[in-house]
Amino acid sequence: MAGEAYITGIGMSEVGVRLTRSAIGLTVDAVKEAIADAGLTLDQIDGVSTYPGKMQAFLGFSPISTDDLIEVLGLKTRWHAGTGEATAQLGAITDAASAVKAGLARHVICFRTVYEAAALARPDEYPPMQRRNDITGGSQWVSPFGAFSAACWTAQFATRHMKRYGLTREQLAQVALNDHRNAALNPRAIVREPLTMDKYMSARMITTPFCLYDCDRFTDASTVVIVSAGDALDEVKSQPIRIAASAGSLERYSWDQAEWASAYPTGRDLWKNTDYSVKDVDTVQFYDGFAFQPITWLEGLGFCEVGEGGRFIEGGTRIARDGELPMNTGGGQLGWGRLHGFGFAFESVVQLRGDGGARQIAGDPKVAVATSGGGPMAAALLLAKD
Amino acid sequence: MTWQRSRIRLDRDNRAFWTGGAEGKLNIVRCDDCGQFTHPPREICRHCQSENVAPHAVAGTGAVDTYTVNYQAWAKDMEVPFVIARVRLDDVPGVYLTTNIVNCPVDAVDIDDRVKVVFEEQDGIWYPLFEKVA
Ligand SMILES: [Zn+2]
Repeated sequence: MAGEAYITGIGMSEVGVRLTRSAIGLTVDAVKEAIADAGLTLDQIDGVSTYPGKMQAFLGFSPISTDDLIEVLGLKTRWHAGTGEATAQLGAITDAASAVKAGLARHVICFRTVYEAAALARPDEYPPMQRRNDITGGSQWVSPFGAFSAACWTAQFATRHMKRYGLTREQLAQVALNDHRNAALNPRAIVREPLTMDKYMSARMITTPFCLYDCDRFTDASTVVIVSAGDALDEVKSQPIRIAASAGSLERYSWDQAEWASAYPTGRDLWKNTDYSVKDVDTVQFYDGFAFQPITWLEGLGFCEVGEGGRFIEGGTRIARDGELPMNTGGGQLGWGRLHGFGFAFESVVQLRGDGGARQIAGDPKVAVATSGGGPMAAALLLAKD
Repeated sequence: MTWQRSRIRLDRDNRAFWTGGAEGKLNIVRCDDCGQFTHPPREICRHCQSENVAPHAVAGTGAVDTYTVNYQAWAKDMEVPFVIARVRLDDVPGVYLTTNIVNCPVDAVDIDDRVKVVFEEQDGIWYPLFEKVA
């Protein structure tokens, strides 16, 4: 339909830890799979979008720029964008949807390439960001106190949820247990070993209440989503999935000045420009860099009241593949790997097309929500099969 | 805690915050027009956009808004565990500081505990840490 934006292709490279393949090679692999999936050719691609763009000071986090990709693919683009000053990772897909709706492009490659595990092994080529001296910007307010990781920042919101609303570690564990169960059925997931409650509860603590299994793992991979204009679908051979709504927000850029995670304003906003409601959603793919974040998304999007997220996931049956709200069916970031947001758009399309194989949910799902972020910035996509 | 804390690059905006401890002062930017505070410090008031702002010594007392006990040694010389907390300051509405709660066992810290600032100096930077008060 003209004036709409659709996801028409998805692709992913090999997903692993300390891959020897180059970051640009992984990205090209994912692009090739996505354009083949869409039934397009490279000369039909006229847009490129990414988050956060190449970060020269932190190459392992984001080693590939839009111009790197345009160069190696020999693309003739009319529109491209890549910035960290966006509404979190999936904001790159929202931006592409806006571009195709405005007629600035017809088929946009949206990519997120992560190379954090490989970079750890090659510090000379990929210097770590954790510089100890001469710090400026936002990290000066947290790093001097040993809060080097987003784990330390997010954990404090989890602690408050526990004290204020009674969230328990057993409830939090359900995110990790569910992710591990689903990852076992996803041939691309890096985590293969099962997780039990006993194993979870006896794991070493990272920063309370987060143990090892509450934190995602550095991964090497590239994920690609192709966004196409509604009036260009006759060029596509796949089943298109409509981007029915999107939202994104920034509460305070400083993690420690925000009252709540941006999942709350983003979640409320998602429903303002669509006729769909939470009752229509068949599956959710919630950003889970840390196990607490899906709880904020459940509350922020209105699947339960604020404060009820822990009780919603208790026991794990409601969020299981055969539950009322199947969550992170591909394994999430705790099981699939730290694909940094793009895995959730990818998995939403897999499920809506019915291509999930052993992990496919039943009942012909028609509507999915994918999210990214959940600290001070966040983005959400509502995806629908027309 | 004995680790080498990350060293700040001092600039026009942040100097008063990171060096105020030399005079025992916790400095937060305040607007002389509307009386409200801006943190992290900026050259303009985030409430009324006035440029009539300056560092202001606040009481340095507050309460633990929330916290985490950190067990992971993110840097080689880091001694764990220790408490990372977000402290809300009594006389500075809407401003929180990420800090460490020091001079007590890690399991002695809880939300709403009363705290006051103590400074730790390393190489000319005065890091505001907090300890519990009865
Ligand atoms: Zn003012």
